[in-house]
Amino acid sequence: MILELQNLKKYFATQKAVDDISLSIEQGSIFGLLGPNGAGKTTLLRMITGIFYPDEGDILFNGKPFDPINDIQYIGYMPEERGLYKKMKIGEQALYLAQLKGLKKDRAMELIKEWFVKLEMQSWWNKKVEDLSKGMSQKLQFVTTVLHRPKLIILDEPFSGLDPVNSNIIKDEIFNLAKTGCTVIFSTHRMEQVEEICDHIVLINKGKKILDGTVKGIKQRFKENIFRIGFDETPATNYNNTFEIIKQNDDHSLMVKINEGYKPNDVLNYFLQQQSSIVAFNEMLPSINDIFIQLVEGTPAARQFQPVTD
Amino acid sequence: MNKIWLIIKREYLTRVRKKTFILTTILTPLLFAGIFAVVIFITIKNVSNEKVAVVDQGGYLKSSLESNKTVTYQFVADVDTSNFVAKGYSAVLFAPHTGINQTANFKLITEKSLNRIANTKIERDISRALENNMISQELKIDPKQIDSIKSRAENISVETSKKGEGGKLESSSFDVANGIGYITGFLIYITLFIYGTMVMRGVMEEKTNRIAEVIISSVKPFQLMMGKILGIGAVGLTQFLIWIVLISVISGVLSSMIPPEVLDQVQQNNSQVPGSSQQGSEAIRNLAAAQNTLSSINWGLVVFSFVFYFIGGYLFYAALFAAVGSAVNEDPQDAQSMTFPVIMPIILAIVIMINAINDPGGSLATWSSIIPFFSPIVMMARIPFGVPDTVPYWQLGLSMALLVLGFLFTTWLSAKIYRTGILMYGKKPSWKEMIKWIRR
Repeated sequence: MILELQNLKKYFATQKAVDDISLSIEQGSIFGLLGPNGAGKTTLLRMITGIFYPDEGDILFNGKPFDPINDIQYIGYMPEERGLYKKMKIGEQALYLAQLKGLKKDRAMELIKEWFVKLEMQSWWNKKVEDLSKGMSQKLQFVTTVLHRPKLIILDEPFSGLDPVNSNIIKDEIFNLAKTGCTVIFSTHRMEQVEEICDHIVLINKGKKILDGTVKGIKQRFKENIFRIGFDETPATNYNNTFEIIKQNDDHSLMVKINEGYKPNDVLNYFLQQQSSIVAFNEMLPSINDIFIQLVEGTPAARQFQPVTD
Repeated sequence: MNKIWLIIKREYLTRVRKKTFILTTILTPLLFAGIFAVVIFITIKNVSNEKVAVVDQGGYLKSSLESNKTVTYQFVADVDTSNFVAKGYSAVLFAPHTGINQTANFKLITEKSLNRIANTKIERDISRALENNMISQELKIDPKQIDSIKSRAENISVETSKKGEGGKLESSSFDVANGIGYITGFLIYITLFIYGTMVMRGVMEEKTNRIAEVIISSVKPFQLMMGKILGIGAVGLTQFLIWIVLISVISGVLSSMIPPEVLDQVQQNNSQVPGSSQQGSEAIRNLAAAQNTLSSINWGLVVFSFVFYFIGGYLFYAALFAAVGSAVNEDPQDAQSMTFPVIMPIILAIVIMINAINDPGGSLATWSSIIPFFSPIVMMARIPFGVPDTVPYWQLGLSMALLVLGFLFTTWLSAKIYRTGILMYGKKPSWKEMIKWIRR
């Protein structure tokens, strides 16, 4: 475990920003921190980066109590609000931020050049930040975050403002970093990226943790036994107690929800007995997006489907 | 410590390398030199000679009107308003026919208006002529006797001396000390403003740019704040140093270029005051006295305390400016209303200084030079009057110690506001909220 949070609390005058959150993050994993706006993500991240002190609870970094002054050099933090000195030259800025992280000048130069080559930014060195587009400054910010080879990289919405090409470049770099043993904490609202990138996710809302697990595990936990069955021709179905049809698609397929106590085989048996020719049968797992909305709104996601049974 | 050094270096280098810094640093002394040159130029211009024709049938004025470089009087009879221009005069002066002792009957007709110096001279000369006439007619005394009495009386100069240590008497000139006090006090006042607001803008820039959060995940907020304050302070010292060097070089070059006759003319202009025929020698005596006092002033102490009060006052106020910068958002109007409480004591200090400098030993001057809010400006104005006679050692020591304690306190206070403020976005915090940040 690279990072463990135990009963972390941070109250502000008007709200409980973080209210008793515990979680642990394994070394080398890509960890997704999800939550609606104002859930307390930024406050949580600021405690992990040593910007805020928690009111209560402990943070263990590498198994030892987190000591911001010394441990900060092992952490790279890219906040949601991007910030760079507009009037400073790109190269100098990267060097300055690297030196603040405790890198020696020569070493920092070496690493900056390496990264600039990798991300095709060599020609930027003498440009000023104000000359860069939003996506370009995003790339620069990413480089300055990971330059000092932190053990723990915290990225708050790293893809906002990036085009698909640059977005993929950054994504690949994140995977590479994770492979070399870096742990990545990722805070985002973009759920498709979460499913694609993260091993483990935690969902927080109103300062409390409401979900914690691997992406696969969570999908299994929230599955609603909904299957899509494809036919040559849409069969006429009567009411029966094995399943209910929740949607009839135009491409001769049905969305069915298997009732409790029955198995997919029971559904297949039913259609086989009806002499229907089945061409496809697959389980519809909920997307993280659906789960997110369901949990945050407190309403079952299934309710958004309209039952079309006769 | 290493990180603070990095921040200082960045703050310093980015500012010093800016074009605006280089321009203002070089242009300001040039501007001074320019103003200096313009003043000299105008002086040369203004001493152009005016020829005045005097039509004085009674002959009352003849003995009293003396020509000089500004105005040349010529007593002629055949000049009138219609032909004075053609005869090469710039003006014609008509004296009354009936008798001179009538103040209303003098007429001066000019083609275009005369310059101010010539105008004043003519008026003065006429009034002197009147005066002489009245003295000789009504008092029956030779006006020259009055002149000699006046000049003898004026020869007396009051030697103000203070009892120095060990009974040695040091002569001091109030005016010189006054001037030095004014200049140093104002310099500190201006620098507090310029560099204080520079700190505030820097903090606001970091906050609105959102770079503060990135930096604060690498260094402590206190380090960031102190780095900024010290870096900008170093910029200020650098700028001063360059200014002092440039101004002294330029003024040295310029004064060697002024032709000696210009200085002569300037001196002659000054000597046209009635009853002060000895003005020239008196000026030389004054100069000697001033030089004497200049050397009697403890320059080492003045320079040391100037540097001390500049640095102390800057640190005291820069921390407060940094706190204000961290508390406000993009809105410049917010900044204005929040800087008000910080600017107030500085303005108050300069007001106190202007009053206190005329009574440097008074209780207003004494107490306000001890309170750290005002001491950098007020104490600086008092020191040229002499330590330890005007400013006892205990007052200087107490003032310095309190200033050090003061800036430690404001830095501590500001660091608390800064720590929270720099990461707070949205609405402007109220004073109540800021007090809460301090308590936390």
